[in-house]
Amino acid sequence: MITLHWLYALAGSMFAAFSLLSALDTAHSKRFGNAAFWGLMALSLLAGDYIGDLGNGLLVLGLAGLAGFGFIGRSNPPTTNGEERLAWSDRLGNKLFLPALIIPVTALVGTLAYNYTPLGGTGWIEAKRETYVFLGLGVLLAIATIFAWLRPPAVAPLQEGRRLIDAIGWAAVLPQMLASLGVLFAAAGIGDAIGSLTRMAIPQGSVFLTVAVFGVGMAVFTMVMGNAFAAFPVMAAAIGVPLLIQGYGGDPAVVGAIGMLAGFCGTLMTPMAANFNLVPAALLELKDQYGVIRAQVATALPMLAVNILLIYFLAWR
Amino acid sequence: MINYWPLIGILLVVIGFAMKFNPMLVVTVAAIATGLIAGMDPVEVIGTFGKAFNDNRIIAIVWIVLPVIGLLERFGLQQRAAAVIRSMKNATTGRLLILYLAYRQVTAAIGLHSTAGHPQTVRPLVAPMALAAAEKQHGELTEDEAEKVKAYSAATDNVGLFFGEDIFFAIGSIVLIQQILATYGYILAPLELALWAIPTAIAAFLIHGARLMLFDRKLGRREP
Repeated sequence: MITLHWLYALAGSMFAAFSLLSALDTAHSKRFGNAAFWGLMALSLLAGDYIGDLGNGLLVLGLAGLAGFGFIGRSNPPTTNGEERLAWSDRLGNKLFLPALIIPVTALVGTLAYNYTPLGGTGWIEAKRETYVFLGLGVLLAIATIFAWLRPPAVAPLQEGRRLIDAIGWAAVLPQMLASLGVLFAAAGIGDAIGSLTRMAIPQGSVFLTVAVFGVGMAVFTMVMGNAFAAFPVMAAAIGVPLLIQGYGGDPAVVGAIGMLAGFCGTLMTPMAANFNLVPAALLELKDQYGVIRAQVATALPMLAVNILLIYFLAWR
Repeated sequence: MINYWPLIGILLVVIGFAMKFNPMLVVTVAAIATGLIAGMDPVEVIGTFGKAFNDNRIIAIVWIVLPVIGLLERFGLQQRAAAVIRSMKNATTGRLLILYLAYRQVTAAIGLHSTAGHPQTVRPLVAPMALAAAEKQHGELTEDEAEKVKAYSAATDNVGLFFGEDIFFAIGSIVLIQQILATYGYILAPLELALWAIPTAIAAFLIHGARLMLFDRKLGRREP
């Protein structure tokens, strides 16, 4: 059976190659820092299950130390320059979009075929992980297609990948760090503390204000945790179920569905949601790491108001 | 009795991000401090943090697309995306991003949320197209304007995804809502929940779409 571990091995091998190519890049002033950083990522993906919890913890401290104290930096692997790219773009025309579509199409068709045709009947892929498996397959197919068509140098995919991962830098690892922080927050009982504080903020007897505290609480707690999934169980237990649904008789489907969406407004406004807000800033090489958040606030705040009004008007319709 | 002291961990995160310390350090320090305040011993804290990191490795898988994106950039994909936009007469940054907003919302609503995203579509296609449209209309952009166009491209992807995906009933957040409410005895069909995501999705399209139209005007209003 194909499991997630096959993909960890694929990603781990890629990071191991990034590490090796970094170490060999004599033009790079921080080459050993980058080599160590991506090397630790490779170790985590390839051997994370064999080095124990403490081993993984020390690995994470190593990643944080290398990134936090400036031991990693951007690189300039061999690639084409702007003029060459313009020439390729003119020569290849819109056919160039086709290999770009291989990954999404493989993921889509594969997932649908696996779930709705006899193809998936034998269960040869780990349950619920088929999209990831087809994503990996799409990547390999796309690389094979590009090689057959354009014949780049053999090491080109890894060097081009390294160029991009070094442009993203530590932001590539931060989402995983934040997810781990969320686990520690939960273990320390932060959810209970926030829930009880929120309940204290609620005035008696006003349905609208209770809805507003629920919506704002979802958004704010999502901003703290970086994830509406972590906020929802807490806010549902503190306000959603006991007050809005049981106390005032609101429709549970509306309170649940739109409450979650109020949380998503918080996701748009927090650096804690690194993969949505900080990673693209790095990926697009923005000078302001909070640039994406700044562009989103004026959508997120009106949307939060809309969600609060929607709950108020739809849950008691 | 509820213990409020672990909230110091949140305070550390907020201060750290506000002071623009390196987020990797902020998160690590906050995690260790929170664990210690909650009464774990240091080895237990580091072990818990490490185990959680290992359990979340699935997040790192998406980076396997980078070699393909990088290869395509090597052969001029960004330049091609910009060329397509330049050949369109009526393309503006705002209109292009509204189109992408609609595409992202609709595909996410039918469960195709993983077919687009920041590494897969925004960096190689959407951002270069939005930049090309702005340059075509307004000439050379200042660095600040180019930053804004790129930031709006990423923002549009997020807004489209967040306020589209919950219309698809087989998505994680819908399953989570259903499970949480079920523990209190409210048994709901996923479809019933997904239905209530539609009003918000429409509002998001209108609000963010209006901002994109205004953004077009703002780009046009600058001093020559």
